Amino acid sequence: MMRDSGIMLLSATEVIKDFSGHRALNQVSMDVPQGSVYGLLGPNGAGKTTLLRIINQITAPDQGNIHFMGEPMGSDHRHLIGYLPEERGLYKKMKVGEQALYLAQLKGLSRQEAMKRLKLWFEKFEIGAWCDKKVEELSKGMAQKVQFITTVLHEPQLLIFDEPFSGFDPINVNLLKQEILQMKEKGATIIFSTHNMASVEELCDHITLIHESEVVLQGEMSKIREQYRANTYQVNFQGDPEKLSRGLQSDFELLALEENGMGKEATIRIQEGEGSGPLIRNLVEVTEIKSFQEILPGMNDIFIQVVNDNTPKKDSEA
Amino acid sequence: MNKISLIIQREYLTRVRKKSFILMSVLGPLIFAAYILIPMYFATLEDKEEKTMVVIDDSKLFTEYREGEPRFVIPGTEFLKFQLVSGMEVENFRESFDESGYYGVLFIPSNILASESSLIYSTKQTSVEILQYVEQYMESEIEHLKLAQHEITDLERILTEVETNIRVRNVKWTKDGKTQESNTAVVMGLGYLSGMMIFFFIFFFGSQVMRGVIEEKVSRIIEVIVSSVKPFQLMMGKIIGVGLVGLTQFLLWMILSAVLVTGLKAAFFPELNRTPTEQVVASDLFDGGSANEESAAMAEQVPELGDLDMAQEIFASLKAINAGVMILAFLFYFIFGYLLYAAMFAVIGSAVDNETDTQQLIFPVILPLILGIYVMISAINNPDNALAFWFSIIPFTSPVVMMVRIPFGVPWWQVALSASLLVGTFLAMTWVAGKVYRTGILMYGKKASYREIWKWLRYSS
Repeated sequence: MMRDSGIMLLSATEVIKDFSGHRALNQVSMDVPQGSVYGLLGPNGAGKTTLLRIINQITAPDQGNIHFMGEPMGSDHRHLIGYLPEERGLYKKMKVGEQALYLAQLKGLSRQEAMKRLKLWFEKFEIGAWCDKKVEELSKGMAQKVQFITTVLHEPQLLIFDEPFSGFDPINVNLLKQEILQMKEKGATIIFSTHNMASVEELCDHITLIHESEVVLQGEMSKIREQYRANTYQVNFQGDPEKLSRGLQSDFELLALEENGMGKEATIRIQEGEGSGPLIRNLVEVTEIKSFQEILPGMNDIFIQVVNDNTPKKDSEA
Repeated sequence: MNKISLIIQREYLTRVRKKSFILMSVLGPLIFAAYILIPMYFATLEDKEEKTMVVIDDSKLFTEYREGEPRFVIPGTEFLKFQLVSGMEVENFRESFDESGYYGVLFIPSNILASESSLIYSTKQTSVEILQYVEQYMESEIEHLKLAQHEITDLERILTEVETNIRVRNVKWTKDGKTQESNTAVVMGLGYLSGMMIFFFIFFFGSQVMRGVIEEKVSRIIEVIVSSVKPFQLMMGKIIGVGLVGLTQFLLWMILSAVLVTGLKAAFFPELNRTPTEQVVASDLFDGGSANEESAAMAEQVPELGDLDMAQEIFASLKAINAGVMILAFLFYFIFGYLLYAAMFAVIGSAVDNETDTQQLIFPVILPLILGIYVMISAINNPDNALAFWFSIIPFTSPVVMMVRIPFGVPWWQVALSASLLVGTFLAMTWVAGKVYRTGILMYGKKASYREIWKWLRYSS
């Protein structure tokens, strides 16, 4: 697997975790660069939550180790991490304000400091009126907001979000994305685990894809998308489609040709290892190009492809 | 350390502020006071009503003549009058018994000397008190008659002369050469009360710990909390916090009960308050100084004092039981017994997803406690037998059983052994509980069983 270089906030090295006969994580390594937004992807049951729990010191690995800011991960680092687990939960009978203060104090904030920051956040999310309400009186969305605040209140170096957008309406999803990007700008590092590939494309610089307890894909987003490029280009053109298809050299494969409200559109694949230059030269001769653009694979496609590629292989091994 | 105190604070404050806690704190003493005062109240109510008992004396042994009038020899009391009738049958009263207002019909057959039995006819159950009263008088009357048949001169004088009333009091020799007097009933009551209180405390607040763990699991906040603190810190914080709630509740109960009982007693039973002996004893009790020496000194004098009043005897026994040792032992077994069991309750809470699943797991945990109660009851009568000895050493039952033995005096090495075993077991149990707990709290949808718990115990973490 490809390992990143540079300043790592968090490094997991060959982590193994077994649960009574079932291996939840097998030799998983992962380096999270400082200041990055790191996507942790994988199908349900792949081992993401186990890895996140190990990073949060909720469980310990059977083998392998975790380093945080260059030191072996220890109790002192708990204050520097904020964790929003997939299964959200707050004390139902406790008041919102009191609860947020309690959780912040457990993360090492003083009461006064926590109170000050809490006020700012409540103003920002316009939820100051809830302070004295019990959590059980809140709607699900409201409780999610409160939980998000309690996760970030102590301004941790590392934020871990497990499916952060589930349960939010689109407006609040946007609000949350803004907040996450803002925290990144302020220097925080973010690990986030999701099935929503659109938000991965939008937010992540790096990803690790875990499948059946093993890392199957890892690296910088741009490089991965480069790696999985299908060498296909989308061409918008003006002129006779017939002429284009006839005039295309045999090196180029015409995958689709269609005409819609946007104009005429052709999808063309070039041979592996070739640049786009020859294709453009060829096209200029046969038609008038309005736009020319490489089709990069979406994370969704890559996810499905990688998972499918790895599933039968593992079966034959077993 | 700071985190544990934060957790203790939360666990304590959220519980103490609950309406149910405040309600229990107020209602507890009310119930307790009612428990004491209602029987007292009924005792004063009873027999205020005047009852008349018809007597048909076929034997004529219980009829005496005064001024030519036949009278029943057994004197009536303030509330019970006898009315001797002659020339009537029991059946005569049957028809119109309810309208007559009579309490009953006492029938003394002519052959009473041989049969040694007589009958009371009534429509209601005759009270035990009245039965005993009648029996006692008839017995002594017939005994007198039988004695009289021997024609002993000066019988009355001899009888008064031979009448003796023996009361046995228990005087103990302590190791340091002093003598102490103790009233066994008081000692028994004190031991029993302490044991029961410890049992109740463990059971009630142990299950509160369990419910607290389940609440955190069900609401799913557990994962957030254990990313901030170690599971062990959370568990210990909860156990200590709930324990402090329990201590607070008991303290409140004690204070409120004392206030209530004194207040109500003064209001409703002024005559019970402050008999002269009580005043003497009370002034004696609160006379400062080193209680130990004083009690020993007092106990020395006791045998010479001769006829001691009962109340004085009780106070003497209370003083003879070494109060310091008793309170220390109570607090020790109270606290460590709770800690040991609370750890087990926490494990059960961590192993289940909801409260209904706890039942099958709870049984093996509380079994030794219930066994302890049975042994305690038998130990009251025989505090030094082998059963009581072993159960007061075994840590799962010692908090309950040792408490009834201590007032009777237990060799120091036994207390030391029992105490150190309890502390040792508490530490071991907490360590084990911590291991199981940290795995259990993150498990959902598993069928909770001891086999599963055993498996979690062997996980590396």
